[in-house]
Amino acid sequence: MNAQSPKAATPPRFSATFDPQAIAEIQRAAATGIYDIRGGGAKRKLPHFDDLLFLGASISRYPLEGYRERCGTNVVLGGRFASKPIELKIPITIAGMSFGALSAPAKEALGRGASAVGTSTTTGDGGMTDEERGHSSILVYQYLPSRYGMNPDDLRRADAIEIVIGQGAKPGGGGMLLGQKISPRIARMRTLPEGIDQRSACRHPDWTGPDDLEIKIEELREITDWEKPIYVKVGASRPYYDTALAVKSGADVVVLDGMQGGTAATQDVFIEHVGLPILAAIRPAAQALQDLGMHRKVQLIVSGGIRNGADVAKALALGADAVSIGTAALIAIGDNDPSLEDEYRKLGSTAGAYDDWQDGRDPAGITTQDPELAARLDPVKAGRRLANYLSVLTLETQTIARACGKSHVHNLEPEDLVALTLEAAAMARVPLAGTSWIPGHHDPKTDLT
Amino acid sequence: MRSVDLEESSVRELNGELHRLTPETNETRWVIEHPQGKHAIACGLDAPVTVEVKGHVGYYCAGMNKHATIVIHGNAGVGVAENMVSGEVRVKGDASQAAGATGVGGLLVIEGNASARCGISMKGIDIVVKGSIGPMSAFMAQAGTLVVFGDAGEALGDSIYEARLFVRGSVASLGADCIEKPLSDEDKVILRRVLERAGLSAGSDGGPDGFRLYGSARKLYHFHIDNVDAY
Ligand SMILES: Cc1cc2nc3c(=O)[nH]c(=O)nc-3n(C[C@H](O)[C@H](O)[C@H](O)COP(=O)(O)O)c2cc1C
Repeated sequence: MNAQSPKAATPPRFSATFDPQAIAEIQRAAATGIYDIRGGGAKRKLPHFDDLLFLGASISRYPLEGYRERCGTNVVLGGRFASKPIELKIPITIAGMSFGALSAPAKEALGRGASAVGTSTTTGDGGMTDEERGHSSILVYQYLPSRYGMNPDDLRRADAIEIVIGQGAKPGGGGMLLGQKISPRIARMRTLPEGIDQRSACRHPDWTGPDDLEIKIEELREITDWEKPIYVKVGASRPYYDTALAVKSGADVVVLDGMQGGTAATQDVFIEHVGLPILAAIRPAAQALQDLGMHRKVQLIVSGGIRNGADVAKALALGADAVSIGTAALIAIGDNDPSLEDEYRKLGSTAGAYDDWQDGRDPAGITTQDPELAARLDPVKAGRRLANYLSVLTLETQTIARACGKSHVHNLEPEDLVALTLEAAAMARVPLAGTSWIPGHHDPKTDLT
Repeated sequence: MRSVDLEESSVRELNGELHRLTPETNETRWVIEHPQGKHAIACGLDAPVTVEVKGHVGYYCAGMNKHATIVIHGNAGVGVAENMVSGEVRVKGDASQAAGATGVGGLLVIEGNASARCGISMKGIDIVVKGSIGPMSAFMAQAGTLVVFGDAGEALGDSIYEARLFVRGSVASLGADCIEKPLSDEDKVILRRVLERAGLSAGSDGGPDGFRLYGSARKLYHFHIDNVDAY
């Protein structure tokens, strides 16, 4: 070292392993002694729909005209066993999010937006409210391990029933609703003391395993006189077998939620480290349906990180019948709005990163039970924003489908896709762009489980 | 009286007929012959009728019951009277797992024993068991009353909320956050009322004497690092 000059300063170097996020989390854990609980889905970078491309039309594939030639978007759910299947005008549904996690105006806005474009909304881990039933022309009623608010009258006034086994953000985890959000009304609906930190069960109380599930489905069908479509929702973990077992148990519809899927409140370590990204789960699920001769007979709804019409089109091309959205719907009605930046700053966050949905202090009035905050959300305007967004998703999906020459969005298929990365090629089981290589699969038609 | 033989009719036909009954119906007495362990018998009822089932039933008999009185002259499979809202269900024999699970109201009487997870996630139902109950009973029990004349298996009342558990026999062990509590006058009134409704207020095995009360220590109501072993 040169003695005259001051010590040549080494610029500060951050560790790739102990990156600022990891260091901050160690410090937070040491200070509090409790794991981090937050809302939203996995934030790390994951193989996703962005890693796929559509090929579009060419000499051998004929496109459809943009505004003149029909490209159907409707989807019928529940035709397998239900005497009253439901028909959605668009292949995009609103995922289950509880009244409790969300404010009453937020639930109303979801109902208004979805109904305006002819699609369904879904209750959540807290029962059905009159407002929600009233504002949703098609309402799916969740049947969860906690059974909060469960009763036969709501079962009968639902349009479909969704048995929740798991959620992509936390396959194997139960619900959480922290004390700040257990208002008197929420406490009453869930039969819980006000203000407690609610932990809902992760396993159903009265059945275990697929043989029992079959009998449980039979009971729910009996109670509702075989009218309602019955969905089974699973987090993406063993999608081939879970789909096959759901079909065997008598489900009309399988709902498959990937690890990017949002949650209202879960441990960060759970969100980021358990489950499969949705990209890796759709083909095995669709393959299970095909192996059982049930593709398009039992419908497959997928979710987890759906943002735009390209994501929708890719999910459908990989074999889904419809998608569902949670996080994007919340953003559409006003979550993480930059106009609230000052308030996000006060909460130690910033617009675009706010995920303390567990906390009940949402300045947008969406993930809160505080009456003053909730009153900020105008359900009529917010509903219109959601309807706009859903229309754009649909138009974008049709744009891609027409470019691929499809007269219905369900005619999109894996052959329309290529992958940009090896990972995506292996997971989505489509060739790496410019090659005929699908890593890990010698014969993509048979070797897909 | 209407009699339905499940050797001749299907459960679907039976439940369909029972569901068509209105509150004003005068077909108020039903007898079901040859249930033969079939599932979902007489579930989803919503009328003040009495249904006598002459034999053993499978899973979820009387599930989500409202208003009806259902008597099972035999043993009951998993989840008898699950999520009951109101009315009364009586099992003359033994009950399998998850009897009365998640029930929000009404009365379930089991004259024999009940297996594991009796009263799991109960939300206001009253359950009386003349025999003993299995392990993990009243897990996460939120509200209502469980009365057991015999013994309780391991981990009684694990993660319990505000339900009251009265046990006259021994308790193999208590689950997380479940403790024995002193029996207040109010508790005694509640116990006596439930026993009266169950028709067990007097007689050799009746009466509220000798019961101990178990309920929530309320230590797990808020996440706290000192409770970490229990999470
Ligand atoms: C605020 C919030 C609350 C949720 N509550 C529930 C719930 O009660 N039950 C459930 O099955 N899933 C719940 N989910 C998960 C959604 O149903 C859905 O699986 C997920 O949001 C889809 O992924 P996406 O958010 O990336 O669109 C919730 C999600 C959010 C964002």
